[in-house]
Amino acid sequence: MMQRRRDRRIVVGLAFAAAAAITLTACSGSGSSGGSTPAAEATLEGTGPIQYVSSPDASGAAQATIDAWNAEHPDEQVTWVELPLDADQQRQQMVQNAQVEGSSYSVLNLDVVWTSEFAANRWITPLPEDALPVDELVPATVEAASYRDTLYGAPYYTDGALLYSRTDLLTAAGVTAPPETWAEMQAACDAVLALPQAAGVSCYAGQFDKNEGLTVNFSEAVASAGGSLFDAEGKPTVDTPEALTALEFLVDGFESGMIPRDAITFQEEQGRQAFQEGKLVFLRNWPYIYKSLSATDGSSSVSGNFGVSAIPGEDGPGVSTLGGRNIAISSYAENKATALEFIAFFTSREQEQERLALSSRAPVFPEFFEDQTVTASYPYLPTLLTSLDNAQPRPKVVAYGATTAAIQDEIYAALTGDKTPDAALADLQTKLTEITAG
Amino acid sequence: MATLLLSPTFIVLVLVIVYPLLSAVYQSLFSAESGLDADGFVVEGESFVGLGNYADIFAGAESGRFYNALWNTTFFTFVTVALETVIGVAFAVAMNRAFKGRAFLRAAILIPWAIPTAVSGLLWRWIFQSNGIANDLLNTQVLWTAEGFAAQVAVIIAEVWKTAPFIGLLVLAGMQLIPEEVYEAAKLDGANAWKQFVSITLPLVRPALLVAVLFRLLDALRMFDLPFVLIGPRKSSVETLSILAWDESNQLQYGTASAFAIILLVYVALIAFVFIRVLGADVVGDADKQAEKAARKQAARAAKEAGR
Repeated sequence: MMQRRRDRRIVVGLAFAAAAAITLTACSGSGSSGGSTPAAEATLEGTGPIQYVSSPDASGAAQATIDAWNAEHPDEQVTWVELPLDADQQRQQMVQNAQVEGSSYSVLNLDVVWTSEFAANRWITPLPEDALPVDELVPATVEAASYRDTLYGAPYYTDGALLYSRTDLLTAAGVTAPPETWAEMQAACDAVLALPQAAGVSCYAGQFDKNEGLTVNFSEAVASAGGSLFDAEGKPTVDTPEALTALEFLVDGFESGMIPRDAITFQEEQGRQAFQEGKLVFLRNWPYIYKSLSATDGSSSVSGNFGVSAIPGEDGPGVSTLGGRNIAISSYAENKATALEFIAFFTSREQEQERLALSSRAPVFPEFFEDQTVTASYPYLPTLLTSLDNAQPRPKVVAYGATTAAIQDEIYAALTGDKTPDAALADLQTKLTEITAG
Repeated sequence: MATLLLSPTFIVLVLVIVYPLLSAVYQSLFSAESGLDADGFVVEGESFVGLGNYADIFAGAESGRFYNALWNTTFFTFVTVALETVIGVAFAVAMNRAFKGRAFLRAAILIPWAIPTAVSGLLWRWIFQSNGIANDLLNTQVLWTAEGFAAQVAVIIAEVWKTAPFIGLLVLAGMQLIPEEVYEAAKLDGANAWKQFVSITLPLVRPALLVAVLFRLLDALRMFDLPFVLIGPRKSSVETLSILAWDESNQLQYGTASAFAIILLVYVALIAFVFIRVLGADVVGDADKQAEKAARKQAARAAKEAGR
């Protein structure tokens, strides 16, 4: 009997231990991050090998740039530390490295929306004023690489919204110009959907699933209605008539069927598929889908029958949000002088041009957008430049993760009808006020 | 001497289990400073908040999210494990028969278990997307990957598909230990197939089955990747405790994240404890002969009963 009891105890003990091990492997957060602060204003010193920390690049364009650098700098070799494709995981690994103050990450490839968080936490180093030709870049990209008027990163590539439209259907319905306002888009749709060949086609879609795409689409709608999510002082301004107009445009769109019901599950790829299968008249998406849409191997049913324009707004052309990436120097890196030199090389005009041969990522120098040789392969670039000219960065807040989560929660609730637009915006205002108050 | 010989094991256990556990408990008592200084830099450091993180979780403004996640976790666990057990046992019975192509079936049945969860999450996401094959086959327009009950059903289907083979395999291993004579005796006594299953197979396979179910319970309680990949983060209808912990740590709230992990740990341990107490699962295989003797006795009794 005693034997039996002891076994039981072992059993229970083991179960506890197993449960503990199982639960805790997922979450062993770092301890306190200590009080040591990198000297922000110190000059960038030290030369030698560095690491370029980035998501994978299937096009091979970034690797070509690194190879070119390594050929010229035998003593300052750059090695590529490849992070997962998923942006959340990239951020998490970089944050973890910063919290242990690891020196193994020197140069970081950051999504534009992480700039504020990394800068405010002193995880990245400010760049000297004269390090980059900032006056020659697309202004919105410089803005997105700065935090409180200090440049923290070098714009690497940029991205903006485009409105894809079915030119064949529009022409058949007698619509000659792409819509500049939401009302014009609705009118164009009404005309198109009356056509017999438009059976089973819906009017408009963007990215409305609960992820970053929803934040992008909502902030674009608000900016396109003349509002903004935050004012110049960083105070949230989402309980305004402009934000309400924007949200009602989306909510009413779902209610009236202008936006198809299943668009609530659309991320970038699902929307591309729907448009590519000919189920949409208009689609808001990024430039990267242009290539799939124009494929002539039979995979795209809209090849040759679509056009791009700037996204529409309430009273005129809409305001795109800004995507893209910046290259920054980790505060805990060694050989910062090499890192700075490498960044300047990596984002130089020459290298941006070299990469255009391999990758469709939009360069940050405006002249490429109108260069005939470049636009021959990427015909959407002139439109994208217009879109970038009045583009707005997404909210530049330090707690970006919490901010985008709050936006997604409330806007998704409004789109699915769980909350009225008024209530959703009022709740969002409260949440954002809390988040930014700290 | 025994202590000396066992010490490497204990050292490893302390390093990989005790230390992270204590560290997480300690971490859960702190809260990160928030706020910016005049130059826009984050105020660094953490402050000791005692049990404040736990109080916030259970009764704070966001506690609804926690109770929702707790309910989802429990709901998913019990529904999926129940379905998996039934289907897994059926698999095992099928695989235990001698028939042509048995080796192939056994290998085939293991494929779902062998596919990484995140990958099968993606596969099911394609199946369940609005123009996916699920809607095509059912001739419906259900938005599986949006919020709601359909999303929960999607997660349950994918989870059961993935893990029923696990139970099937463990049960099959248990079944193959049942001596053939017992069945022969039952047959002689005129017991039909159902009677044999209920009176011989089930009781004799019980120890293996209970261990399999216990493992699945522990596993399902920390479900994370399937709802995360298949439906997406922050969807309240499929948010589990693990996803909550991830979400907090993703936003650098390591204190709250640790508190969630500790709560999940206690919850998992509680369920494991109750399960072991109530059903007497024999997790470590009770090396003593008593159990074996009891099993043999039980087998004899079962055979007799089956014959009746």
